[in-house]
Amino acid sequence: MEAVFYLSSLIAITATALAITRLHAVHALLFLIVSLLALAILFFVIGAPFAAALEVIIYAGAIMVLFVFAIMMLNLGKQAMEWERRLLSPRIWVLPAILTLVLFAELAYLIAIRRGGAWSEFEPVLPAEVGALLFGPYLLGVEMAAFLLMAGLVGAYHIGRREKKQLHRYLKEEEQ
Amino acid sequence: MDTTWNYWLIIVGVILVPLIIAPGLIWLERRFLGFWQDRRGPNRVGPLGILQPIADAIKLFFKEDWIPPFADKAVFILAPTIVVFTSLMAFAIIPLAPGFVVADLNIGVLFFLAMASLGVYAVVLGGWSSNNKYSLLGAMRGAAQMITYEVFMGLSLMGVVMMAGSFNLSEIVMAQKGMWNVVPQFVGFAVFFIAGVAELHRLPFDIPEAESELIAGYHSEYSSMKFGMFFLGEYIGITLLSAFTTTMFFGGWLGPEFLPGVAWFLLKTFTIIIFIILLRASLPRPRYDQLMNYGWKILLPLALINLMVTGYLLL
Repeated sequence: MEAVFYLSSLIAITATALAITRLHAVHALLFLIVSLLALAILFFVIGAPFAAALEVIIYAGAIMVLFVFAIMMLNLGKQAMEWERRLLSPRIWVLPAILTLVLFAELAYLIAIRRGGAWSEFEPVLPAEVGALLFGPYLLGVEMAAFLLMAGLVGAYHIGRREKKQLHRYLKEEEQ
Repeated sequence: MDTTWNYWLIIVGVILVPLIIAPGLIWLERRFLGFWQDRRGPNRVGPLGILQPIADAIKLFFKEDWIPPFADKAVFILAPTIVVFTSLMAFAIIPLAPGFVVADLNIGVLFFLAMASLGVYAVVLGGWSSNNKYSLLGAMRGAAQMITYEVFMGLSLMGVVMMAGSFNLSEIVMAQKGMWNVVPQFVGFAVFFIAGVAELHRLPFDIPEAESELIAGYHSEYSSMKFGMFFLGEYIGITLLSAFTTTMFFGGWLGPEFLPGVAWFLLKTFTIIIFIILLRASLPRPRYDQLMNYGWKILLPLALINLMVTGYLLL
């Protein structure tokens, strides 16, 4: 299990680094998807199968598809790659890199003081427990998130409706 | 030692059997289509034409494997593997008989949904990397269609999950001892099955590849075995959908004693496969906006109402 953990962590880190440095937007997204899948395996190994499944279904399977979809539509050419190349100058990435290094040091410290066996002592959190927590103590949060999503849905509907006027000429009769 | 050996046998079997069934299905489909359309279908190669898939495979292997110079080469090669990989992976959680399963996951249903949602990438990346406007249009339609139908494919299964009280497929089968889920969950079954066929972009929902308007859509630039992989993936997908429907709604391996569980499972699975072929033979392809309207305005509310009623009755 430890080997799986470290291997998929390595894949996650490498894929994320590649996702940042690729110039081609779709290739970068593919590496990001690989990194999300590696994260899902990490969740699975440390005893959270439900979170792992949701990671794949929602992040890798739905959100990233929409990203790929949008970028596919933009059809970025050579010019966009030039742009990306200029974005990657050291002046821009040094500060975030330092901040991330601090976080990494914290993480390493936390792991060091636990002294091994960090994941064997976790109990697997099963879907039923997550559900009971969500609809027990955290019900208010769930309801608020639902409100927000509903507002987003209504907003998206209104924005989408305005554009419908420019439909194909054969479809006009159906749209009053 | 003996149990590990058995386990490895199960794994190899679960990988090999879909790979063998898939070409067989191509023959089965063409024979049945011929039957329903009042013609003979393939009947020259071997008895009843049963060696036709082998002839097709040999033909595909000898075709020129052409990668268009304007394509994004790495992604172009990657795309057809995704569809075969995800559908074969999903077989791991399907129990063919008590204990006859590769991974008896606690999150079995979610694993199926996860693999189904990763399958979208095959269409999207295949269409995009071909760098061809028809392929891109096909990929666009495919992405929109599959994301849409994924939503209530998941929702329609939740009624079954609520009745069994578990995401584990073996437990879901055991919960159907009294009555198959298809009776109390008929609405869920109907929504799931329609969404499943659309998710496979199988006829009549083959809008991403509509030959008459998009010249085969997302895979029009593919040739030889790369095209063969998309083809194989589609037939493995049909087998997977049928096997999963059997498990969720038709009691899996449960049946009268005179046949073993695996035989019941295969019998039910093949009945559903033939039903899917019948769908292809009898229904016309809807228009794109009709498909979207149908999904969001009819199937989604139906799935939600089904969920509400099930929850109310169970509480």
